[in-house]
Amino acid sequence: MSSSTNTPTHHTSTIGAIGAPSRRNTELALLVFAVVIPVFAYANVGLAMNDEVPAGLLGYGIGLGLLAGIGHLVVRKFAPYADPLLLPLATLLNGLGLVAIWRLDQSKLLQSINVAGGKATNQLIYTAMGIALFVAVLIFLKDHRVLQRYTYISMVGALILLLLPLVPGLGLNVFGARIWIQVGSFTIQPGEFAKIVLAVFFAGYLMVKRDALALASRRFMGLYLPRGRDLGPILVVWFISILILVFETDLGTSLLFFGMFVIMLYVATERTSWIVFGLLMSGAGAVGVASFEPHVQQRVQAWLDPMKEYMLSRQGVAGHSEQAMQALWAFGSGGTLGTGWGQGHSELIRFAANSDFILATFGEELGLAGVMGILLIYALIVERGVRTALAARDPFGKLLAIGLSGAFALQVFVVAGGVMGLIPLTGMTMPFLAYGGSSVIANWALIGVLIRISDTARRPAPAPAPNPDAEMTQVVRPS
Amino acid sequence: MSELTLTVMRLGFLAVLWLFVIVAVQVIRSDLFGTRVTQRGSRREAGRPQQAARQQAAPPQQRQQAGGGRQRRNAPTKLVVTEGTLTGTTVALQGQTITLGRAHDSTIVLDDDYASSRHARIYPDRDGQWIVEDLGSTNGTYLDRTRLTTPTPIAPGAPIRIGKTVIELRK
Repeated sequence: MSSSTNTPTHHTSTIGAIGAPSRRNTELALLVFAVVIPVFAYANVGLAMNDEVPAGLLGYGIGLGLLAGIGHLVVRKFAPYADPLLLPLATLLNGLGLVAIWRLDQSKLLQSINVAGGKATNQLIYTAMGIALFVAVLIFLKDHRVLQRYTYISMVGALILLLLPLVPGLGLNVFGARIWIQVGSFTIQPGEFAKIVLAVFFAGYLMVKRDALALASRRFMGLYLPRGRDLGPILVVWFISILILVFETDLGTSLLFFGMFVIMLYVATERTSWIVFGLLMSGAGAVGVASFEPHVQQRVQAWLDPMKEYMLSRQGVAGHSEQAMQALWAFGSGGTLGTGWGQGHSELIRFAANSDFILATFGEELGLAGVMGILLIYALIVERGVRTALAARDPFGKLLAIGLSGAFALQVFVVAGGVMGLIPLTGMTMPFLAYGGSSVIANWALIGVLIRISDTARRPAPAPAPNPDAEMTQVVRPS
Repeated sequence: MSELTLTVMRLGFLAVLWLFVIVAVQVIRSDLFGTRVTQRGSRREAGRPQQAARQQAAPPQQRQQAGGGRQRRNAPTKLVVTEGTLTGTTVALQGQTITLGRAHDSTIVLDDDYASSRHARIYPDRDGQWIVEDLGSTNGTYLDRTRLTTPTPIAPGAPIRIGKTVIELRK
């Protein structure tokens, strides 16, 4: 279709849509770039720490390249119109995470406390599993609307996943937070998977109920106040997230689920009042729980006064940790341009240096410039997710895409904010960067679902209805 | 490893990381402006083309003619629909060929059951005289009351009947 416009300056320009390009070659080019950058970083770490190009460079580069290549080929075959940026951005973050984990593996200090050593190889295996799940999502999930059928099964599934860490004998208490389960020798963080399943439930539920939640309201002081009974769903989700906070003592997981629900509720109903309610409720809930739950209290104390926490830990008082202060020092010593790969001392963070606190390593070795770049890459992933939601033609796909990208954004905020001391620390991990199987695998599945939705959204619309030319012209019959 | 090499690598890495971000943003930019905007240069237009009338790019050959042969005095400047569903529609005459018919790519898309897909066209000859030509339509094109058989010059004010639609050229 072309139409003509006539501006007052008598310029005539024609605006015509370019036939929907699949942009797979753009993706391939970016993907090559996204593999080369971590390989460069890897060589840089080796040169800085051991004065030699690391022996595993070739294997590492080929490994990452192969995984990215498989991902690309599957997207080319099964989702040809998908967004060209999601895969390269995720690959780059994953690759940089691998480099940082390998760099921390070199540290004698971390090896001695069994936090590092061979973790990069494990992470590469987890990445392979993540890509495998990504591929499986693209091959078996032909249309994301199929998920709509499993709305209430997803709810049950998500609740089970969330409650699993509380099951005695299965749940694992790691430094106060019960968000892991142990199966055999593996530890799994079910919350990472729950966020995808829960997004499916929220999307299916809100798609059906959004009219009731949006329209039945009274206006009061510029806000639309929902009816009392419409508050039901948000109260239930709030209650569950409070339960998570009380029993799993993890602020991050709790905030993530409640926040995701509020974001999706806002998008579904277009009512600002839900955001106001959500913020008030989460604030009240967090303060309320912090007033009696000792673990949460301790986290808040460590957040308000990390130096005191550090001194207590130095004096050997049990239950205190110097990580928070060490992370802040790492960011500080990084400065604007950082110390360079392999030349920082982020191993002083000790426990969880390569998982929850991995951003501090980037902060020290790449500095503000590098961390800004990384946060921008996260922002771009979220932007692509939101753009997918805008482009999606079906309400379920819209809500699912916004829920997944919202959860992703919240997770980045909660973790980065925790490590940088903006909010109390939580036990969540930086998506793709941090060491941990559950996180990497679940986030690759999340990217897979987003790519599936964006493929459907960007696919050119089916051919327009047959035009009237096909009809016969009526013949004038002289009467 | 020398300090210099490491510094170069450190800054080089940051540069490469940011280059990636910038390239990614460029990809988004090309995605945002997914439409092609073609400037057709400035031309004096007598009035805004009606919505029903679609301006087609004139073939370069004819545009040259319009540029070369100056418009004659007393030449009509607009085409007006006087009868039919599009009554009131005007199209500025600027040396371009105007096609009439039910086809979507016509300059004037007729919503008229008695018009053919490609019914007739109106174009200026080398001297700027406007000519109407029937394009093999089912019900024929009438200038005044005579059915057209060959391309015929149009006198100003002469009604051209196409199905139930009547158009005129005016100054």
